[in-house]
Amino acid sequence: MVDSLIIPLLKIAITLNAVLIAVTYMVLLERKVIAWVQVRLGPMRVGPYGVLQPIADAIKLMIKEDITPTRADKWVFTAAPIIVLVPALIIFAVIPFGSETELFGRSISLYITDINVGLLYVVSVASIGVYGLILAGWASNSKYPLLASLRASAQLISYEVAVMMILVSMVLMAGTLSMVGIVHAQLDAGLWFVFAQPVAFVVFMIGGLAETNRAPFDMPEAEQELTGGFHTEYSGMRFALFFLAEYANMIVISSVATTLFLGGWLRPFPSVAALAFLDFVPSWIWFLTKTFVFLYVFLWIRATFPRYRYDQLMRLGWKVLIPIAIANLVVTATAKVLL
Amino acid sequence: MTTEVARPMFDTEELVLNMGPQHPSTHGVLRVVLKLDGERVVDADIVIGYLHRGIEKLCENRDWTQIILITDRMDYVAAATSNLGYCQTVEKLLSIEVPRRAKYIRTILAELQRIASHCLWLGTHAMDIGAMTVFLYAFRERELILDLFEEYCGARLTYNSMRIGGLPLDIPVGWDSKVREFCDVMEAKVCEYEELLTNNRIWLERTRGIGVISGPEAIAVGLTGPPLRGSGVPRDIRKDEPYAAYEEFDFHVPIGHRGDTYDRYLVRLEEFRESIRIIRQAIDGLPDGKILGKVPRVIKPPAGETYHAIESPKGELGYFIVCDGKSTSPYRFRVRPPSFCNLQALPRLIKGHMVADVVALIGSIDVVLGEVDR
Repeated sequence: MVDSLIIPLLKIAITLNAVLIAVTYMVLLERKVIAWVQVRLGPMRVGPYGVLQPIADAIKLMIKEDITPTRADKWVFTAAPIIVLVPALIIFAVIPFGSETELFGRSISLYITDINVGLLYVVSVASIGVYGLILAGWASNSKYPLLASLRASAQLISYEVAVMMILVSMVLMAGTLSMVGIVHAQLDAGLWFVFAQPVAFVVFMIGGLAETNRAPFDMPEAEQELTGGFHTEYSGMRFALFFLAEYANMIVISSVATTLFLGGWLRPFPSVAALAFLDFVPSWIWFLTKTFVFLYVFLWIRATFPRYRYDQLMRLGWKVLIPIAIANLVVTATAKVLL
Repeated sequence: MTTEVARPMFDTEELVLNMGPQHPSTHGVLRVVLKLDGERVVDADIVIGYLHRGIEKLCENRDWTQIILITDRMDYVAAATSNLGYCQTVEKLLSIEVPRRAKYIRTILAELQRIASHCLWLGTHAMDIGAMTVFLYAFRERELILDLFEEYCGARLTYNSMRIGGLPLDIPVGWDSKVREFCDVMEAKVCEYEELLTNNRIWLERTRGIGVISGPEAIAVGLTGPPLRGSGVPRDIRKDEPYAAYEEFDFHVPIGHRGDTYDRYLVRLEEFRESIRIIRQAIDGLPDGKILGKVPRVIKPPAGETYHAIESPKGELGYFIVCDGKSTSPYRFRVRPPSFCNLQALPRLIKGHMVADVVALIGSIDVVLGEVDR
């Protein structure tokens, strides 16, 4: 009873809340980091150094008027933000945050579930989110969102191909689709896969940026061109759902990258016994630190680079990343057979 | 003989997209009606007039000195050059000799203004292409110039900083060394902008080959200023028909080769450096003397007309004034604003490009709607 029901439910509740809080604070972090890059202070008014800003923002978004344009398709318009957000949240079910941990005399695994097709689950759930964007643009019955949602669907689908190819190489490396299994494979191999698969790592990061619609691939919401993109017509909490989904997706991509390439919860150089003293740091701290590094890079890139143009982005995806990903897959497979 | 016309399987329709007047990247209240085929622009129609305040007519009912104040409101990000152009036109009408010191200070103000205007251009242009950090960096430096202007004349945007025959004020004590300091700061900052953009792959892809216009074509559509020089035409009124103290200074007129957005960008960045050079020379050689020439108490130019143009940060800013010889205000007051004339080239530049390039091109020709609509 306790093991099969209460503990999983508790884990779900804790993970969900942690993710949502992380997402709200991601927004603050983004504003702060970009402000520092731009020699500004960022939010400073709400609470010391603006730490309560996300709460103020959340309250503001909740009490704002929720407008549905008269010519919008009401049901689809309402469903779209939900379709975007829910997949982003349920992916966390298979992300391993740490190794087995002793807690209150019980051994608890720091993931909600470990299904044997974990990576496949991540990929398939992540691609549902695209529908939300398309539907949002379509249901708004407005031109800018329509253009943006078309961009979004083209972009997400083409980058998914490259990312999928990379994931296949990773599966070849690990020999399993289970997220926990992939981390264990890195433990057995004695090195993080980023060192074994540097090309895959770079392609995955670029594809990840594009899949989360982050700068410099943020065409679907290019404020300067499309006045906000697919969520132009949204307001209040529904807009907030899009916002949450974007940041949740960033965390998803960062955690998946951590799990696949940076050895998940493993300490640096897991095979070097001389560094064993690093084990005093709990495994989940390693995981969160690595994820944070990725998130920081996301923000850093946003503050630095101009935006790609839609056709250039497609060209980069189809003509550069996908061939590289396929070549990487072939090389990995050949090496796997020969070695 | 009949020719088979390939019929598309589905009917396609051009999408008419209304960009502006409330759009974050149309720099005010410009409205561009785009006809799109997918994301490609088939046709563009520019609608202006949302900021029309009747400035020309207003000027015909004002005293000659009162008009200076109105010229501030045209190109409000480069008010000093608007002042300068107007004052020089009236001086030409009245044949007033401006003291050398005034000419030097005017040059310094005009060049500071050029840097400020280019800062605003660079910031918004980069922002339109998605590089937001450059926007804040450029505005940080613009702030320094506004501080200098504030110290000089008390205003930060609409300066009213010149008078017919000279200047209202001499420079404050210590102002010249502050300008010198600013030049040093600015020189380093231009390199910083270049580091962020000039060799950035994404920036290159977004600006190279976008909105190409050849020199003869640019002349034909009436482009002036940096967009014209970007196309390789070395036309700069400061060099060709020197006014104020420009003939005494040594500076280059940077020109581009391909006439695309990237060249226009490079030309303006180089102009930052040339402006700094001019300011340094002017500060170093600042002569002593009066700041206001001999101006009659009642300004009543003889009947006649004149046209005088200067090189504003955006291009050729000309004033055409007709006097009837009787009244104390112009009979006809007409401005040739660079933004308005340069804007004509926009539909020509946009055609065939993508929606994302439209905002890049609006930024690239650097218009200020206050000047377009007047």
